[in-house]
Amino acid sequence: MSVQTGATADAALTIFEKGQRGRRAFQAPAVDVPERPLDELIPRRLRRSEPARLPEVTEPELVRHYVRLSRRNFDLDSGFYPLGSCTMKHNPRLHERVAALPGHARLHPLTDPARAQGALELMWGLERALAELAGLPHVSLQPSAGSHGELTGVLLTRAYHADRGERRGKVLTPDTAHGTNPATVTMAGYEVVKLGTDARGGVDLDDLRAKADSDVACLMLTNPNTLGLFDANIEEIARIVHGVGGVLYYDGANLNAVMGISRPGDMGFDIVHFNLHKSFTQPHGGGGPGSGPIAVSEAIEPYLPRPVLVRRGGAQGNGSKVEFDLDYDRPRSIGRVRGFQGNYGCFVRSYAYICSLGAAGLRDVSETAVLNANYLLARLRALGVCELLPPAYERLCMHEFVLSGAPMKQQLGIRTLDLAKRLLDHGYHPPTVYFPLLVEEALLIEPTETETKETLDEFAAAIAEILREAREDPELARTAPHTTPVRRLDEAAAAKHPVLRQAL
Amino acid sequence: MTRYTPVTDSDREAMLAAIGVASLAELFGEIPESVRLGRPLELPASLGEAEVYEHLRALASRNSSTEESLCFLGAGMYDNYVPAVVDMLMGRSEFLTPYTPYQPEISQGGLQVMFEYQTAICELTGMDVSNASVYEGPSALAAAGYLAKLTNGRPRFVVSRGVHPHARETLRTLSVGYGTSVEEVELRDGATDPRAWAAAIGDDVSAVFLAQPNFLGAVEDLAPLIAAAREHGALVVCSADPIALGIVEAPGRLGVDVCVGEGQTLGNRLDFGGPSFGFFAAREEHLRRMPGRIAGETRDVDGRRGFVLTLQTREQHIRREKATSNICTAQALNALAGVVYLSWLGREGFVELAELLARRTAYARERLCSLDGVSALHEQPVVREFALSLGLADVDSVRRVIARCAGERVEPGYALGRDYPEHPDALLVALSERRSREDIDRLVDVLGRALAAERAAAAAGGAAA
Repeated sequence: MSVQTGATADAALTIFEKGQRGRRAFQAPAVDVPERPLDELIPRRLRRSEPARLPEVTEPELVRHYVRLSRRNFDLDSGFYPLGSCTMKHNPRLHERVAALPGHARLHPLTDPARAQGALELMWGLERALAELAGLPHVSLQPSAGSHGELTGVLLTRAYHADRGERRGKVLTPDTAHGTNPATVTMAGYEVVKLGTDARGGVDLDDLRAKADSDVACLMLTNPNTLGLFDANIEEIARIVHGVGGVLYYDGANLNAVMGISRPGDMGFDIVHFNLHKSFTQPHGGGGPGSGPIAVSEAIEPYLPRPVLVRRGGAQGNGSKVEFDLDYDRPRSIGRVRGFQGNYGCFVRSYAYICSLGAAGLRDVSETAVLNANYLLARLRALGVCELLPPAYERLCMHEFVLSGAPMKQQLGIRTLDLAKRLLDHGYHPPTVYFPLLVEEALLIEPTETETKETLDEFAAAIAEILREAREDPELARTAPHTTPVRRLDEAAAAKHPVLRQAL
Repeated sequence: MTRYTPVTDSDREAMLAAIGVASLAELFGEIPESVRLGRPLELPASLGEAEVYEHLRALASRNSSTEESLCFLGAGMYDNYVPAVVDMLMGRSEFLTPYTPYQPEISQGGLQVMFEYQTAICELTGMDVSNASVYEGPSALAAAGYLAKLTNGRPRFVVSRGVHPHARETLRTLSVGYGTSVEEVELRDGATDPRAWAAAIGDDVSAVFLAQPNFLGAVEDLAPLIAAAREHGALVVCSADPIALGIVEAPGRLGVDVCVGEGQTLGNRLDFGGPSFGFFAAREEHLRRMPGRIAGETRDVDGRRGFVLTLQTREQHIRREKATSNICTAQALNALAGVVYLSWLGREGFVELAELLARRTAYARERLCSLDGVSALHEQPVVREFALSLGLADVDSVRRVIARCAGERVEPGYALGRDYPEHPDALLVALSERRSREDIDRLVDVLGRALAAERAAAAAGGAAA
């Protein structure tokens, strides 16, 4: 792989350990106003007593340090990244260019809407596109990430029930759910009730029927679920939940499988969140930023976070001017969930993506994502890999699939973790490991639609090769990786004696 | 096929054959007919790259950016200069395109950036520990509320009205879920009223929330306010403008429990409000209840220094419903901009910048207060933002004045009337280091004329009536 080896002695020195007192990269503008003593401006007792010990480096040192660090990262532009549930699709470079246009990048969030019409029109266009994809009429772009969208959605549920004079106490989540679902439920003040999974990998309907009662506020579901399987009972699930007055929440993490094919609103969901950093190409940034807009039904709309984007005029072709505005007068709104209007920079990128692909292209994305996943699974089967790493469910998958490393562990004595670490030596980012929790030694693989057949063939061959080599010498995998800037790290020690900052 | 999806017709044929199905449709066979869309999406057709560029450029051209107008808007986000090194580093594939560093062996760059970022935030705030960033400022403050709830479970929050209105509202929205009530304490002459503050706090208060400087720009005298909360064992949360911390005492030195804030002003673009980052730092005793990612130092099997995500037993993917937060996204790329920016400013530059802002702000405040009818809304010390009373009848007149200024390509500030109805004619004016004395003089000229025009129009209207 292209990352730098740990050869250089100062490879892991921090920026705080570099530089010298007195060095600098910043030259302050000259003081062009009367130089009044600071004591006249801010009393001494309120002023800083000890300076912040920030790094002292020149620009060349600064650039070299961070470029060097960047070379100790693996990234999507360098290689295949089949990290299940994360949708690591290509990030088009056009998006960085348009997001950087001053009219987008240097627009103050409190600029009067009259002077931000382009931004509001872009947001409107994105809202309409997301509404069409969700099959639900109303959208809020405000939430900052998927988990933030979830929290917003569950708080909307609470407001919806409260408005009907109801206090419900429970939220249902399947045992396959992302960890964010139960964590969100607790933060929103509800009790988590877990649902079992049936033999085909879907929601256990008997369990659902047993647990669905008038105390259930909501069921949070991902469809296709985290096993990469579409739950064909979705209409029955919706009937059961709606039958007890509950709300159906769609975790949009896996939307990449069904865009233009099947819509959450048509499946019966009332609230949907999108991950613009998954399905809609916002670069992941090494762990953020993201963006988690939500789409909702008419019944939920009055409670949306404020402000709400509105479009005025232009109706009935009467030639009146179209204007966009932010409406704060929303008496039943749950209120804000963050500052300003949301992560607009992400909206620009996702809107550009939707413009690039259009209606047919978005459908092609999902078809190709599903084709690629099934093909990769077929290749792994053909190479005999699935004898040691069988699919958790013998079905066609959607955009991702789960293998179990249990036979591999038993027969070769290497764990899923070892396989993942050995993949690093082959220049791949490993799939998601040990999730979903109900599959032993799980390996969750999501190739995405932007990968070529050749890449999938090579990846399948690499896994086959790792298994072949492990038959002869399992130590190679057990001690992997061998070619990375550092090798396996002592995570237990890091947690036991936390060192969370540079000592200065 | 699209320009981002590579499967050709012959690829597809070979792939379907390998899977053992006859058609693409068969792959979607599990989806019941009744929930299929069955029609094309009602969205426009695809566009080529150049066409998309032109469309997005046209939309951008209908926004009044700080490139075209002289911006004195602040209120939480500031038109600071973003150094070229920040753009260059944020644009590198190795920082832009990876996921969260789940595989530390190939993520040492990103993990070390987090570790350096945490160090810088601890230095700025004077706190013991920092996480690797959260979404943005207001939700960071609300997240501190949840930490307090987990810590003591008491039923009330007390919030100064000097805290950013978006942060106060976000705290209210999110605390409804877990049932903590939110009570606000009035300002007096622009600062938190110490008597009302002390009176509002009792043994049933979970946490108190302050801002430094506050939303009206005032540097608060935090020590007595903190002492009042400590007396009752309430947690103290302070939201800080990180740039002001170059000159104002670090909240950590005054004994706050959690220091949060909006990081946009540290090397991030305005982006019409995001993405930026929120910082979240705390005293050591709160470490295991902190939300979000945290990077820590360790060694690899060969004894080499390395970094990992640590203390993950707090987090949702391990603890699920028992997690300290549902957050899994940090703002790693924006936090990278933050630590690069702080390294670029450096130890001395950080102080010089704050002092420069304080001096220019004092000049701007004095000059603007010399305008007819204009006075300072409060007399508290300020760093880079201050509130004026424009001597007008209502918030609509303020909006008209702002529009007049905007016509001359000056954004004079933020009308405070919506958030502070008790100050209908107030304007919040902010400076970044990009605003020179010449720019300030221009603001004084343009605002002065706009106010005169507004008064003349009002008088004419009054005469007509």
